[in-house]
Amino acid sequence: MKIDPIHQFNIEPLFTIGHIGNQTIAFTNSSLYMFIAVALTAVLMLGGGRQLVPGRFQSVAEISYEFVASTIRSTAGSEGMKFFPLIFTLFMFICVSNLVGIIPYTFTISSHIIVTAALAFLVFFTVLFYGLYKNGLKFFKIFVPSGVPIYILPLVMFIEILSFFLRPVSHSVRLFANMLAGHIALKVFAGFVAMLGVSLGAVGWIGGILPLALTVALTALELLVAFLQAYVFAILTCIYLNDAIHPGH
Amino acid sequence: MAEKSQGAPAKGQKTGAHTEADGGHHGGGFPPFESSTFASQLVSLAIAFVALYLIVSRIALPRVGGVIDARQNAIEGDLAAAQKLKDESAAALKAYEADLASARSRAQAIGAETREKLNAASEAERKTLEDQLSAKLAQAEKTIAATRETAMSNVRGIAADAAGAIVQRLTGVLPDGGALNSAVDASLKG
Repeated sequence: MKIDPIHQFNIEPLFTIGHIGNQTIAFTNSSLYMFIAVALTAVLMLGGGRQLVPGRFQSVAEISYEFVASTIRSTAGSEGMKFFPLIFTLFMFICVSNLVGIIPYTFTISSHIIVTAALAFLVFFTVLFYGLYKNGLKFFKIFVPSGVPIYILPLVMFIEILSFFLRPVSHSVRLFANMLAGHIALKVFAGFVAMLGVSLGAVGWIGGILPLALTVALTALELLVAFLQAYVFAILTCIYLNDAIHPGH
Repeated sequence: MAEKSQGAPAKGQKTGAHTEADGGHHGGGFPPFESSTFASQLVSLAIAFVALYLIVSRIALPRVGGVIDARQNAIEGDLAAAQKLKDESAAALKAYEADLASARSRAQAIGAETREKLNAASEAERKTLEDQLSAKLAQAEKTIAATRETAMSNVRGIAADAAGAIVQRLTGVLPDGGALNSAVDASLKG
């Protein structure tokens, strides 16, 4: 039995939607899980009641709301609340799809760099355009930190500009690499269990206990990572948007 | 491939077929870096993300936010109402205590006044009674003195009559009135 930890990331077209140029646009397994994430988020946010004293279901929706709202308020101030729908959508989309991806035999959307990069560039261009729209040329003050001696200012500015344009890279790769690595590790350890059981018989069954326990522990860790990476993505979005709202450091 | 079909024939076959097909299409690369799948994913992502954005911004957030605001308002309203009632009860208590204090002082004033009035009345009554008694005493003393006077004057007449009767019995002769009177006077003086 061969361990193939990469197979789970395969994009499998389910049916073809159309063509753009000579590119085939297909509805893939990835598309399916994107819409599952959308549907689950919609059910989660709309399925709860509207009681004055909330039930469990309603509490989850309200806790999500309050959690994202307080994250924005603490990092980008009350002016950041105009981006609440965007950040909430990002957070819920990534969090729900990551959590769904932990279920065996499912697909993890954010294990593909193109998806995380698209989301990161969405944030990047939102920051860039909103910053220029709101502050005009003052937006470029984010590249000029105050209180830096004039003789090292060019160097600092160079680093600031470089880091600004590298943001979408770090923003997307962080999420992508975390999800990818976590799922590969899970698959490898789970594969050991099956491999030991098949190849070594009774001894293998006993020997498989250790990787099985590790798989369970890794699954718990992945649950944490799934939430944490969504939170990190959202809070970095808030921090970047804060630059657009308040460009002076 | 051989190993796979040995382990789980049907499934292994399928997986193998897929791997082969993918390999044929994309040169067997690492799935996340296969650029031929990017367009499909981007289109799906755009549709899904915009759909979720619309659901969240148009329906979900206003709804949940409205419920949270309504709760906040209800809690604040209830707290304000409770504070108002508390203030009202404190004011009522204060008013009651003030009323009680004023009533108590008024009662004390009335009591003191009544006591004074009663004292004065009883004093006046005692005085009139004393006056009446002393007037009656004086009257009685006067009456006693008059009675004694009368009695004393009667004693002389009785004594003269008795002396006349005694003399008539002893001598058989009715004595002369003048002589008798002077004899009684002398005897009374003596």
